[in-house]
Amino acid sequence: MKTPLVRISNLKIDFKMEDGRYFEALKRISFDIPHHTVLALVGESGSGKSVTSTALMGLLPESNTVIDQDSCIEFNGRSVLAMSKKELRRLRGGDIAMIFQDPMSSLNPVFTIGDQIIETLQEHKSMSKKAARQKAIDLLTEVGLPNPESRIHAYPHELSGGQQQRVMIAIAIACEPKLLIADEPTTALDVTIQKQILELITKMQKKHGMSVLFVTHDLGVVAEFADEVVVMRHGEICESGVIEEVFRHPKHPYTKALLNCRPSLTYRPERLAVIDDFLQGEAYQLPANRSRGYQEGNPVILEVNNLCKYFKIKTGLFRYIDLKAVDGVSFQLQRGKTLGIVGESGSGKSTVGHTIMRLLESTSGEALFEGKDILSMSNEDFKPLKRRVQIIFQNPYASLNPRFTVGQILIEPMLLHHIGKDKQEREKLARSLLDKVGLAANAFNKYPHEFSGGQRQRIAIARCLTLQPDILICDESVSALDVSVQAQVLNLLQDLQDEFQMSYLFISHDLSVVKHISDQIMVMQQGKVVEMGDADSVYANPQHDYTQKLIASIPQNPQWFEANLAL
Amino acid sequence: MLSYIVRRLWQMIPTLLGVMLLLFTLYTLVGGDPSYILAGKSLSAETIASIRTQLGLDKSLPEQFLIFVKQVLTMNFGTSWSTQQPVSEIIRTRIGPSVMLLLTWQLCSLFFSLLFAASVAYYKGSIYDRAVTIISTVAMSISILVYIIAGQYFLAYKMQWFPVYGWGNGFWQNFLLYIPLPLIIGVAVSVAPDTRFYRSCFIEEMNQDYVRTARAKGLSERKVMLKHVMRNALIPIVTGVMSSLPYMITGSVLMERFFGIPGLGNEILKAVNSSDFPVIKAITIYLVIAIMVFNLLADLLYKWIDPRVKLN
Repeated sequence: MKTPLVRISNLKIDFKMEDGRYFEALKRISFDIPHHTVLALVGESGSGKSVTSTALMGLLPESNTVIDQDSCIEFNGRSVLAMSKKELRRLRGGDIAMIFQDPMSSLNPVFTIGDQIIETLQEHKSMSKKAARQKAIDLLTEVGLPNPESRIHAYPHELSGGQQQRVMIAIAIACEPKLLIADEPTTALDVTIQKQILELITKMQKKHGMSVLFVTHDLGVVAEFADEVVVMRHGEICESGVIEEVFRHPKHPYTKALLNCRPSLTYRPERLAVIDDFLQGEAYQLPANRSRGYQEGNPVILEVNNLCKYFKIKTGLFRYIDLKAVDGVSFQLQRGKTLGIVGESGSGKSTVGHTIMRLLESTSGEALFEGKDILSMSNEDFKPLKRRVQIIFQNPYASLNPRFTVGQILIEPMLLHHIGKDKQEREKLARSLLDKVGLAANAFNKYPHEFSGGQRQRIAIARCLTLQPDILICDESVSALDVSVQAQVLNLLQDLQDEFQMSYLFISHDLSVVKHISDQIMVMQQGKVVEMGDADSVYANPQHDYTQKLIASIPQNPQWFEANLAL
Repeated sequence: MLSYIVRRLWQMIPTLLGVMLLLFTLYTLVGGDPSYILAGKSLSAETIASIRTQLGLDKSLPEQFLIFVKQVLTMNFGTSWSTQQPVSEIIRTRIGPSVMLLLTWQLCSLFFSLLFAASVAYYKGSIYDRAVTIISTVAMSISILVYIIAGQYFLAYKMQWFPVYGWGNGFWQNFLLYIPLPLIIGVAVSVAPDTRFYRSCFIEEMNQDYVRTARAKGLSERKVMLKHVMRNALIPIVTGVMSSLPYMITGSVLMERFFGIPGLGNEILKAVNSSDFPVIKAITIYLVIAIMVFNLLADLLYKWIDPRVKLN
């Protein structure tokens, strides 16, 4: 049998932590990456998938990493762990290249993209500056960057996210590597861009005969184009094999769970599957389908008419142009229902949410909350209503004050809005809300950094609940979370809506998530609403070109994937 | 770019006017009356009155201020009240030594601090890092005067490596013989706080994602640090250098005094002692202009280092 491109066997890696104890990141894992193959390495945060790919590059921090002596990483038959620093440097960028999650921060902001490509070429190939420059232009052409001749002088911040990732790919394939490691390369990108980047990676893989190690938390993304899959959890491999086989007949309950917790476009269970449903040993029963949609006669809690928000952009000393971030948006939100707002970055969907919260001042238009226009009223009049419209942001790391305990975070808004008559009552309410969002009682005295991303988003939700709002604006609230955690938070939001009859404005770029949670869907493009309607009918029969394009960009699960849901 | 520079230069005028007003007010309030000093022992009312007329002190305050404005506009501050030398002559002969000291000091200090900071940041958490941090903290807590006196005593008097004091005539003589001791002492004083500040700038940048990309490209650690990290770390460092400039000027006044360097610092001390307003005015105005120009240069430097910076 031919030697595989990469052979990892018995890999055990421990990290020394600050308190001197050891954390076992990888527990003796073994798998191979064959030549000319796309292998997907799937797992949640903390599963050890990034540690594996970083170890393969020889890039783990030396000071606190302990690699077990029996461990073995071979690349083309040579042991990576035994390589000298010089050999490792030749391997990195030469034989193994890597692209990362956030292309904006992964490119050096102070050098032109041309310089950053040329640097790699000159590092690994004895090339003249002129030849390297020409090669850089060829590479940029190959990855589909428009006007490569002039763009070579552009700085990273002058490009869009998708273009930046193209540049990263150009750097990666510059020296014709045998292995491309793609670490969540599309997680930060819009769905249409994601599709383009995935297609580009596949094209490059075929053209250059590389292997690709595709690291992701989302099984759905890789279904279409990976050949093999390795599913990891807690530093161990749960299951591995040919992708179709694994998807068709998943053996490990965890794999089944991962396959099921992603919202589907065709079926909407009462609650999404979570990992625990599968690990408890009992057979998972797919819940009944939930029907959605606005109902005639249901009271309208929020009616927005012709909302506009223009930003003034300075173009000269006294000249301005208006950037129409939100341009004539109208919609209705029914009590106890969810309106999903979808669109790509820059479509104005978040601006709608922020303007209704009065975080931004609207340019014109009205937002009738129980018949009263909340946009035109004075701050004084708005104050009692403020409590009833709340927002949850995308980044649960940045939106909680790190110096407050969870208890303080929950009690502060109650004090501001005079909720609860004394300290005991407020504490009691805070503790009951923690229970409601599924956090343990001892969370009350902990600080935000002691929680994972999903738990922090629960804290943020609990903070909103302290004010018993009628409308909750969820601004990309689950976008930063792993699919499995995302399912838990979506279930929580659904439970809360069922219990308290809250109305949600659910803003997201992820169309399957929006489909799952929304009754009505509003599609936005460049500040305008291009399509609005009942969730099921918009997806089943999209009218506008843009909606069709968005829906077509969702990673399509092959037939055999959908057919095997809820095994 | 050009319109930006013109706009910035234009904005300097009100700043300069403010400084002039402050200087004039302060001098009028606490500057003392130079005619008493100049009159010496012949303290008759007539002498003082005639000196006052000579100096223009008999004119009303607004008139005196107008004369000041005219002086700044023509950059001609007249003659020194105490030595009768033209002020321009004083500045011309004294600026050389000051610039020589300040420039070498700033450059050496920057060079060594960057070197230490980059290496310390790279070996963050090691014994070397901790040792440098402790030494810096100790070094920062000692007054510059101690450095000067200890340096003169040990390095010059005991070891005879440098002259204790003095200044020569030729450029090379000064540069090679008289500058080194004050320079070593100055660098010893400023390297400690700068290293600590620059270290944090480097560490901040080393945690960025693009460093990981640079390593994944197969670049050597030296290249990662000195090219990718350094360029980004320079952004806060430029600010640091610019804000340390006034302290360095104060420091160099002390140095000139202690080492007998005939620079502007020495001159301004003399001028203050003898209430020599024209010299004080001239040196202050030149300093203010220099600092404003350096700030402008710093902003242009930002743009050059970091293309994301917008000049407006």
